[in-house]
Amino acid sequence: MSDEALHAEPSELDLLIGTSWKKPHFIQRPWLRWGLLIGGLVYLVLAISSVEVNWMRVYEGLDRGAAFIKAFMEPNFVKRAGDIEEGMIESIYMTVTSSAVGILISIPIGLGAARNIAPLPVYLVCRAIISISRALQEIIVAILLVAIFGFGPLAGFLTLSFATIGFLSKLLAEDIESMDRVQAEAVKATGASWWQWIVYSVLPQVKPRLIGLSMYRIDINFRESAILGLVGAGGIGATLNTAFDRYEYDTAAAILIIIIVIVMGLEYLSGIVRAKVQ
Amino acid sequence: MVTLRQPDGSYTWKRRTTGQSLALWFGWLLGVAAFVWCWRYISEATTWFFVWDAPRIAGDILERATPPRWSYMDQLWGPIWDTFNIATLGTIAALFMAVPVAFLAARNTTPRMPFFAGAARVFPKVIRDILFVETGDGNFTLSIVRPIALLVIVATRSINSLIWALLLIAIIGPGVFAGIVAISIRSIGFCAKLLYEAIEEISPVQVEAIQATGAGRLQTIIYGIVPQIMPAFAGIAVFRWDINIRESTVLGLVGAGGIGLQLSGSLNTLAWPQVSLILLVILVAVVIGEWVSAKVRGAII
Repeated sequence: MSDEALHAEPSELDLLIGTSWKKPHFIQRPWLRWGLLIGGLVYLVLAISSVEVNWMRVYEGLDRGAAFIKAFMEPNFVKRAGDIEEGMIESIYMTVTSSAVGILISIPIGLGAARNIAPLPVYLVCRAIISISRALQEIIVAILLVAIFGFGPLAGFLTLSFATIGFLSKLLAEDIESMDRVQAEAVKATGASWWQWIVYSVLPQVKPRLIGLSMYRIDINFRESAILGLVGAGGIGATLNTAFDRYEYDTAAAILIIIIVIVMGLEYLSGIVRAKVQ
Repeated sequence: MVTLRQPDGSYTWKRRTTGQSLALWFGWLLGVAAFVWCWRYISEATTWFFVWDAPRIAGDILERATPPRWSYMDQLWGPIWDTFNIATLGTIAALFMAVPVAFLAARNTTPRMPFFAGAARVFPKVIRDILFVETGDGNFTLSIVRPIALLVIVATRSINSLIWALLLIAIIGPGVFAGIVAISIRSIGFCAKLLYEAIEEISPVQVEAIQATGAGRLQTIIYGIVPQIMPAFAGIAVFRWDINIRESTVLGLVGAGGIGLQLSGSLNTLAWPQVSLILLVILVAVVIGEWVSAKVRGAII
């Protein structure tokens, strides 16, 4: 269709003054472009009309919003210092243990989920584990594990480990699948056993990315550990929830600021580590 | 990697020097010690009696939860529609806010002013990277809005959407609207970060070509930058929408609308057959979301 438009015979006027340039459309096919546009508009109208907003309630809430912003300006780290410290330490412990266990388990599963290394039955089992882990939200897993194992950081630790496996194994498997075959064959040609082959040809190739992804996952685990407390799985989330329930915005702001600072620190650290290994 | 000389004069290959091996060993020792230290705390905070009882409890729950109560599905269509709306409208709103933030955060598009190179070098590198943009010829330009844009990005993405939802429910009351706002705020940082990285990677040649025609600032952005980042933008939008579908399914747990509200209600009344049905619905929604996003991204890239 667009071809026709391009090669259409120019009119006499066009030949005299030349046609002006027109910006090409992002979506080439007109029916798709208009279909998406009209469909999108119809959806937007339907969706927005189905959202009930109690503007009176929003208006009344603005005071509380202002109170929260004010609290953010002067956070109170002292009032609940004991609770905050306890929750933070629990969050950090959960992050460390679950990241360590998750990374250790995700290496064999990642190897098993790489089609160029694993035999088909192993591949299918490992891919199934990854799919289940990725499809289930952390918070839902946490609810189920709290129901099974009781309240406390153990449920949070298990949740985060499980989520780490799905995340890391998948990316590791993709990296292994796209690795350089030449090195692998060279090591194999020396008569290396399967174990030696993995250690000397596969792992060195994926190690920089594995370290980078692990750092990223530690960062995610810390952030997630902040909400697991909402369902009783340990960590700072419980303290935060209590602070909101008591309308102690200054304490809540203090907790949020600590989370942001730690996440920024972790991100900076992971930047340094990644620059070092690559 | 080193070669070691043996007493008989031959050489053997070794992966690491003795010093490297020792350092590695020590690093592992520290890591294991840290793990054990942390684990001890978790172990102390755990009631192990419940843990040993866990297989029985899990079997019990599974037995109660099967088969799912299929007739409950009639009441779920409304919440599913709400969940979809929270994810979609939240993503759209987030993109509107993320685009300006991304342009202000990207080193090549943020407004800047020239600065004394000597004075800029006084700052430590961490701060210098945030405050200043190094131009090609070794000079520095100062940007005042870039640190603010970066702060918005890091603050919105470090805080989980559930926490944003908690906060917004306190401010604007429970319901779908709080969910939409929570999802959109949380997505700003994510979208803006990926987008500003895409803006920083554009080819300056096209931008200069547009500038050479006498285009103004806005025209340069529209004709020189936007076409280059459009594929990345569409990819980011669909990627975030996929993540938001997942997140919006659980927002209801804190009262921000969607199917999570039914989940929380069913959990509180221990209606396990309903819980299993809702979990199935969420699973299907997540898989469909991922499939759509993969298809669209495949079509764009």
